Amino acid sequence: MAKIKSPEGLEKFRQELVAGLDPDMPSISVCTGSSCLAFGAGEVLAAFKAEVAKQGLEANVTTKAAGCPGFCERGPVVVIYPEEICYLQVRPEDVAEIVSTTIKEKKVVERLLYTDPSTGEVAIHEYDIPFYKNQKRLVINNNIKIDPRSIDDYIAVGGYSALQKVIEGMTQEEVIEEIDKSKLRGRSGSGFPVGFKWESCHKSSGGDPKYIICNCHEGDPGAFADRRLLEATPHTVLEGMIIGCYAIGSPMGYIFVGDEFPQTVENARQAIRQAEEYGFLGKNILGSGFDLTIEVYIDGGGYVLGESTALMASMEGRIGEPRTKYDHGTDRGLWAKPTVLNNLQSWANVPFIINNGAEAFRAIGTEESTGTRVFSLKGKVNNTGMVEVPMGMTFRELIYDVGGGIRGGRKFKALEAGGPMGGFIPESLLDTKIDYEEMDQVDLAMGPGLLVIDEDTCIVDMVKFFLTFLANESCGKCTPCREGLKQMLWIFDKITTGRGEVGDLELLEEIAAVQQEAALCALGQGAAGPLLTSLKHFREEFDAHIMEKRCPAGVCKELSQNKIYSQAR
Amino acid sequence: MDEAKIDQVIDKHHSKAGSLIQLLLDIQEESGWLSKEILERVSEKLQVPLGLVQQTATFYKAFRVVPKGQHVINVCNGTACHSRGAQHVLDKIGDLIGIKPGETNVNHSFSLESRNCLGHCALGPVVEIDGKAHSIITLDEVNDVIKKYE
Repeated sequence: MAKIKSPEGLEKFRQELVAGLDPDMPSISVCTGSSCLAFGAGEVLAAFKAEVAKQGLEANVTTKAAGCPGFCERGPVVVIYPEEICYLQVRPEDVAEIVSTTIKEKKVVERLLYTDPSTGEVAIHEYDIPFYKNQKRLVINNNIKIDPRSIDDYIAVGGYSALQKVIEGMTQEEVIEEIDKSKLRGRSGSGFPVGFKWESCHKSSGGDPKYIICNCHEGDPGAFADRRLLEATPHTVLEGMIIGCYAIGSPMGYIFVGDEFPQTVENARQAIRQAEEYGFLGKNILGSGFDLTIEVYIDGGGYVLGESTALMASMEGRIGEPRTKYDHGTDRGLWAKPTVLNNLQSWANVPFIINNGAEAFRAIGTEESTGTRVFSLKGKVNNTGMVEVPMGMTFRELIYDVGGGIRGGRKFKALEAGGPMGGFIPESLLDTKIDYEEMDQVDLAMGPGLLVIDEDTCIVDMVKFFLTFLANESCGKCTPCREGLKQMLWIFDKITTGRGEVGDLELLEEIAAVQQEAALCALGQGAAGPLLTSLKHFREEFDAHIMEKRCPAGVCKELSQNKIYSQAR
Repeated sequence: MDEAKIDQVIDKHHSKAGSLIQLLLDIQEESGWLSKEILERVSEKLQVPLGLVQQTATFYKAFRVVPKGQHVINVCNGTACHSRGAQHVLDKIGDLIGIKPGETNVNHSFSLESRNCLGHCALGPVVEIDGKAHSIITLDEVNDVIKKYE
């Protein structure tokens, strides 16, 4: 493939690609996200390829290893185009029937369709399924249509058109202004305006070169949205980063990602290789005179690395300990140069904003929280998966309309948002909107993970779980975090083993308050979140553990009798 | 892993001290773990004090300074799996092979790790052995799964 040398060249190439595709040609998309692969999607894909060959349809049918559309609960997911028939929980033994019935005879295989558990209604198409219907998918909508390892697939669905538009006739300032007008806010949870950050870095006199970093660290124990997004649509992220680098004037970008996610790393690396080959990275991008290199940086593992200063220390080859922030990263960041660090989802939103304009983006969501948010929805909810919903949706709508309600008809107990530094809310607060300010009012953080728990989950045990996690992950640099967590955990050990005493909760609150005030970084300060919110809303459950030596949910081993621990899914 | 091979990896990273983490990851990819000899060689080549190399190798979760077992059991203990009983699965596996998370058994057949989120929340509780995910629905299944690898 020769390098594409101009925006016009890219448009021509796209038109050729689209012209070469027959829209009526049957195409079988098998989700090869890591969750579906764990369900056996690899075997299903192989079976499709073999069956298509066996029936002599190779010339007329394409089979595709597609990206994750998010419905992990019912994996492996298969979508047949052009009709967009969606089959769920497909096994290799179903494949022959799908090929003969759906591809050849154009009829559906009913037993593999989605059936609404409450109404019994059958949904043939992906867009009829309530799980998808109630989402607003701007970033993840093309995942199942394209192979994440194919840049041509991405270009054919309009990929890199935002880059094309920028190179064709937008100045750096215009790009920044557009992002600023869109009111896109940092998706890491802080909600810092992305446009403002870009502008500060662009104008910074902190010297050259400037750097940008895409944070896909996602060390949260129970979040997989960012890495699944990078795995499923790496070119969207890359395109956002290239536009960001152009606007800021940075010749070097990094994708910071954990080593535990081999599939994600592999897809990101391949996307970079392809973008280089096509001339979207490297020297003189699309004839603009702008040079850019993007690399994948594998982190060494550790929750604290998600903190900006720890992340940068780690990238400089040192141990990942946070430091006090005397300077903004946009003035003195990586290697003491101006740096823009944005969450992966912030970058992934950029192409949409450039393509459709800030107005279109702002039309979605609330006044101050615009656009959509991709979450990993999990726990005791019927539809586990990756979901993209508009800001301003309530958590009740998210759990019941998208998530399909509580598993096994059990009673909802709490929603946890923001991971170990987030908080719990009870049923009475479920009408809280997904919005930075509203969530902040009820002490929730805009993290990528949403955990739903039911009456069979013990709140005390969940908080202890988070504290154990944080105590293990604390870097140990500052005393309030290192020692505070240890002491809190010790008290929790007492409470969950029947040795809790009056005054324990007050002591916990006191330690938590000190930690919130005095810890060095967000990890230590936020560590009290789950504890304080659960004490606020579920104090009676703590009291049952301490006063009655009883675990109402029957989870804490020492306080329960003959309870079966492992729940049926 | 012999010295020449270690040097090769270090040279690939242009012997830069700032690449310490990346080159240790690369070396571990080849050797499976970071022995004392490896750390010493890295320290010598990069002109970085051995203490600093050791600090790095023990700070980050990805590095192992003891050899891994033949089979690596990763028990997902992310929030979703935890709320579905992953801790009991982890305890049971630990009892079965007689080690705690983070340890390797005496004959080096198994290593046990408690992991944060493997991303297969729909299958939880999930146990991943040598990269293959197993969904554990009842605790009795733990025996069957482990037996396959013994």
